[in-house]
Amino acid sequence: MNMQEIPLTQILFVSTALFFIGMYGLFTRRNLITMLMSIELMLNSVNINFIAFNKYLFPDKLDGLFFTLFIITIAAAEAAVAIAIIINLYRSHNSIDVEDATEMKY
Amino acid sequence: MSNYFYILWIPLLPLATFVILGLFGRKYLSAIAGLLGTASLFSSTVLSFVAANQYFFVDGKVNGVFQKIVAFKFTWLEFSPNVSIDLGMIIDPISVMMLVVVTSVSLMVHVFSLGYMKGEERFATYYAFLSLFTFSMLGLILSSNIFQVYMFWELVGVSSFLLISYYFNKPSAVAASKKAFIVTRFADLGFLIGILILGFYGGTLDIGLLIERFTSVNSAQYISITGASFLGASMLTWGLTLLFIGGAGKSAMFPLHIWLPDAMEGPTPVSALIHAATMVVAGVYLVARMFPIFSMDEAALHIVTYVGAASALFAAVIACTQTDIKRVLAYSTMSQIGYMMFALGISKNGGEQGLGYMASMFHLFTHAFFKSLLFLGAGAVIHMVHSNEMKDMGGLRKLMPITHIAFLIACLAIAGIPPFAGFFSKEEILTAAFHENKIIYGIALFTAALTSFYMFRLYFNIFWSKEAPAANHAQADHGQEAHASHGEGPWVMKLPLLILAACAVGVGFVPFSQLVTSDGKALETHIDIVFSIAPVVLSVLAILLAARFYKNQNGRSDKMAAAFGGLYTAAYKKFYVDEVYIFITKKIVFPFIGQPIAWADRNIVDGFMLLLAKITAKISESIKGLQSGKVQNYALYFFGGVAALSILFIYIWK
Repeated sequence: MNMQEIPLTQILFVSTALFFIGMYGLFTRRNLITMLMSIELMLNSVNINFIAFNKYLFPDKLDGLFFTLFIITIAAAEAAVAIAIIINLYRSHNSIDVEDATEMKY
Repeated sequence: MSNYFYILWIPLLPLATFVILGLFGRKYLSAIAGLLGTASLFSSTVLSFVAANQYFFVDGKVNGVFQKIVAFKFTWLEFSPNVSIDLGMIIDPISVMMLVVVTSVSLMVHVFSLGYMKGEERFATYYAFLSLFTFSMLGLILSSNIFQVYMFWELVGVSSFLLISYYFNKPSAVAASKKAFIVTRFADLGFLIGILILGFYGGTLDIGLLIERFTSVNSAQYISITGASFLGASMLTWGLTLLFIGGAGKSAMFPLHIWLPDAMEGPTPVSALIHAATMVVAGVYLVARMFPIFSMDEAALHIVTYVGAASALFAAVIACTQTDIKRVLAYSTMSQIGYMMFALGISKNGGEQGLGYMASMFHLFTHAFFKSLLFLGAGAVIHMVHSNEMKDMGGLRKLMPITHIAFLIACLAIAGIPPFAGFFSKEEILTAAFHENKIIYGIALFTAALTSFYMFRLYFNIFWSKEAPAANHAQADHGQEAHASHGEGPWVMKLPLLILAACAVGVGFVPFSQLVTSDGKALETHIDIVFSIAPVVLSVLAILLAARFYKNQNGRSDKMAAAFGGLYTAAYKKFYVDEVYIFITKKIVFPFIGQPIAWADRNIVDGFMLLLAKITAKISESIKGLQSGKVQNYALYFFGGVAALSILFIYIWK
């Protein structure tokens, strides 16, 4: 257990970086699948945060771990739903580019 | 107290019929709509006879006094601990009596309509409306809460509106229905204010409690309502008078009667049901229902008396000149209701002095039968000749023997010839009037003679007068040979006439004074032979006069009309009341009140709204770009929002 040697701030730095990379991907990519992957990145950055805080601040508790498990489950479900939507979108628009699906504007 | 809960079914059955026929009638049930409506109403009628038997002869009487029974009560809207709008059923002599009247007349009308309305395109709709009306009327009768009365009152008005405008492609029917609705609505405003006044001072809307509080002179409520006054009259007088205005509107009392003659545009069975026997007596019923309170206030009773007597006389005079047979009957109805009203007005509560109340209810009871008979007879005649005008009729007695006999019986009944029903009830009213107020007695006696005159004018004009009735039916150019050969109509039209004719003969012998009185105790009455001489002789003379004028076409009636000159013209024009209304509305109300308000509405109220709408449209036009349809933009706004909130909560709003 030489975890103590890695300070918390470094782990938080990684998770923050991951979050903003995800966000950047979400805003810049036009391909829905890539956008979905970006969202997964953001979710995982949150997971890292949970684990890190659990481990460093409350090592005798398991709350953070459980939250992470829930997030992973929900992320799986969300991916399934999102991919179903994407497939339907592809069927109707012949494209999975978000720029091509702007019918819901004013 | 025994169980009267089953009475709930009496109004609910017609309601169910209305719902079923209203939803599915036209498409799926038009073949059996009439039978369905009649069958359901027949059950209601049987139930109300059972109820009447149970109440009057089995267990309604406790120690010689008929009890007021609240058979069912459901607190619906509670405003404060005592003031609530309840739905309840009150069982007392007048409500049970009215149940019998309404269901039996309605049943007769349902049966009659099977023949009369046959082949109508909206046959099922017609029966749906009839059921709705019957439901509302029964609800009105049974109401135990004055606000509940008001609700059913309006329902009755609506169903009357629907039935008058049944022939909605006829502009006159549409105009008549609107007139009926607006005039009665106008009167209902008075009713509503009256309810609010009584409710405010009485602290309750329950009829039983109101009566209890306002009839004991020591109660806090009575002291407060008689103590408060407005424009020189106590609030009790105001409340009761306004209540009476509502009743006068529905009961077509002068000067709110103008809708009733026009309402004859509806199908004739409807007139028989609504505008003769049931709805128009709702006003009388209302006054009778609140009578213990009315009897505490002389002024309100005087208003009831004089309005009733004036309407009785006024309508009788007009009825003598009208040529549309249904209009004659309409004015006759108004006149008879005037009778009931003033009989209530001269009555006191309880004991021998309560004779007027009993007489009024008795007349209501008998009148319902013979007047619906008259209307149904007129319906049969109209069915035959396809016209409402007297000049198209005459000599029909050979063609329609059953209708002729039934009509004659009804005419004798309304004229008050013994032993027909009208004699007994009219006699009671005249006796009561004689003891209380000689002026009213004089008016009543004169009106009774006029009644005989115009009813027999009608009778002779329809069934005698001309010699060659066949000429009327040679209207081959109208393509009505089939109609001309159908004789009096099917048995479903004759049967109600016969039953009602039997009632018009028989109901006078009902021991009414034992059953329905102001205080629930039996009242001893007897017909004084000496007293009866004057009205009966007058009636007979009037009948002979009518026979002399109208039995044959001899021009005497025209000479008579010419002799009366201005009076005849005025009566023929219904004393210009309609014209006065039109003058007031068109020349005074519209230009001086209506138009300024309309201007303000168009320019100020609407202008403000339009301005708001314009501002809203402009703002939305400028910001609609935000809704770009691009999901990434939305995500950006979302994250921007989260970031902004985070900054707000972390750094600024500590």
